[in-house]
Amino acid sequence: MRELKLMKGNEAIAEAAIRCGVDGYFGYPITPQSEIMETLMAEAPWNTTGMVVLQAESEIASINMVYGGAGCGKRVMTSSSSPGISLMQEGLTYLAGSELPCVVVNVVRGGPGLGTIQPAQSDYFQTVKGGGHGDYKLITLAPASVQEMADFVEVAFDLAFKYRNPAMILSDGVIGQMMEKVELGEQKPRWTMEYIEKNHPWATTGKKKGKERRVITSVQLESSAQEEFNHKLQAKYRQIEKDEVLYEKIMCDDAEYLFVAYGSSARICQKAIELARNKGIKAGMLRPITLYPFPIQQLQELAKQVKGMLSVEMSAGQMVEDVRLAVNGKIPVEHYGRFGGSVHSPSEVVEALEQKLIGG
Amino acid sequence: MKEEIIIAGFGGQGVLSMGKILAYSGVMQDMEVSWMPSYGPEMRGGTANVTVILSKERISSPILHEFDTAIILNQQSLDKFESQVKPGGTLIYDGNGITHHPSRKDINIYRIDATEEAAKMRSSKTFNMIVLGGYLKIKPLVEIENVIKGLKKSLPDRHHHLIPMNQKAIERGMGIVQTLQEKVQA
Repeated sequence: MRELKLMKGNEAIAEAAIRCGVDGYFGYPITPQSEIMETLMAEAPWNTTGMVVLQAESEIASINMVYGGAGCGKRVMTSSSSPGISLMQEGLTYLAGSELPCVVVNVVRGGPGLGTIQPAQSDYFQTVKGGGHGDYKLITLAPASVQEMADFVEVAFDLAFKYRNPAMILSDGVIGQMMEKVELGEQKPRWTMEYIEKNHPWATTGKKKGKERRVITSVQLESSAQEEFNHKLQAKYRQIEKDEVLYEKIMCDDAEYLFVAYGSSARICQKAIELARNKGIKAGMLRPITLYPFPIQQLQELAKQVKGMLSVEMSAGQMVEDVRLAVNGKIPVEHYGRFGGSVHSPSEVVEALEQKLIGG
Repeated sequence: MKEEIIIAGFGGQGVLSMGKILAYSGVMQDMEVSWMPSYGPEMRGGTANVTVILSKERISSPILHEFDTAIILNQQSLDKFESQVKPGGTLIYDGNGITHHPSRKDINIYRIDATEEAAKMRSSKTFNMIVLGGYLKIKPLVEIENVIKGLKKSLPDRHHHLIPMNQKAIERGMGIVQTLQEKVQA
């Protein structure tokens, strides 16, 4: 059996990055995710796997270092928390526009502005609706445990390279700061140059004699060429929406009311399900694991079964819009959540369900 | 079996590390565990608290507003968390600096004068382990050998020579914890 460790979510991200053979991490410290870079610095993987770990001068520098590394076909990542991720939006749209794979971790804190360092889930819109300019999407994974913080690093890299698109791990201060048991994978080697050459023929690895020049760019001055490129991007997104939806159903079989929640709110809702069922309310939950692509079909199916859905998120109501779009008016969909750095309790969630959907 | 615990006191009392050692002890005993700290500015000299859950089953919410056991190490934390102990639950507190003692009649209450005992042992740093000992005496959910393993896992190697002293502190805590109100039913 492999070793079980007790670790913070942030520490698990760092350990998993080293073990899955990431080539580079570039970041700038910000609470509540600073343990990611702290752990990487303490582990000093440049001595073992050769992974580069660099504290950049800013978040803007970090994301542009990611652009450079990704362009070379390297597996590179950065992490930050909400205000820092806002600074990275230009870089993200350029990465998407240049079809470069990378992983970005956002351990969300309360906003807007500098906000608070306490947990929040109010960056949903920024993550799945754009954030930067142009018609692009970020593949978005939402871990709900420390184990998933570790596991999703490799999942995110695999998806990013499969589709040549940036992937976001959208976490929050609860999952980042809490400790749970975690089982880490075996150490995998970093990709060799031969591997990159063979599998990622777009990567700029140095022009060989007689080979065509490879250009990585997001600029197309001809509007017709840019339109064509956008069609290509959209086709890629339709493929992602078809093939890559991940979700978890909890106690849905006999559910009459459904919580829709991700990340730490999904954990809180699991407890709320227990409390609700103790009161005789048949509650269940759909937990989107990918926020983009969103589990639209699964929600449509469940809309035929349940009497109402409550989107529980630590925001003023963001994901609830996607739940409503999926359900398309068939049943009532309401939102509940504390926000601005406050975290709802399981009993508050049950009260909200009773007040907003069951009526009382 | 599921035990939901809040440990609360001043920053610097070893609240978070006590929680970590308890959680690691649970890991060593094949339990599911979670450790959720208050983090940020309040840790630096203000109040610090951590929620620890030990369970035989998958843990749902790491965030709770009701606890089976509250381990309370200062007046502010007592004022805040006494009301959040479940009826029939347990409250353990250090009497040092407490002027308004717990008053609920529907919970079990224990007192452990760990600050005083740590001073007697001339080792203020073992304070949190004395408290942990008191807790383990009342709620022997993890075996002492697993607590020692948990200590080893939690402490960096360079501090492993301190383990016997910490073990002594745990035993001392088991010896000095006093029952104030017990066998209360919800």
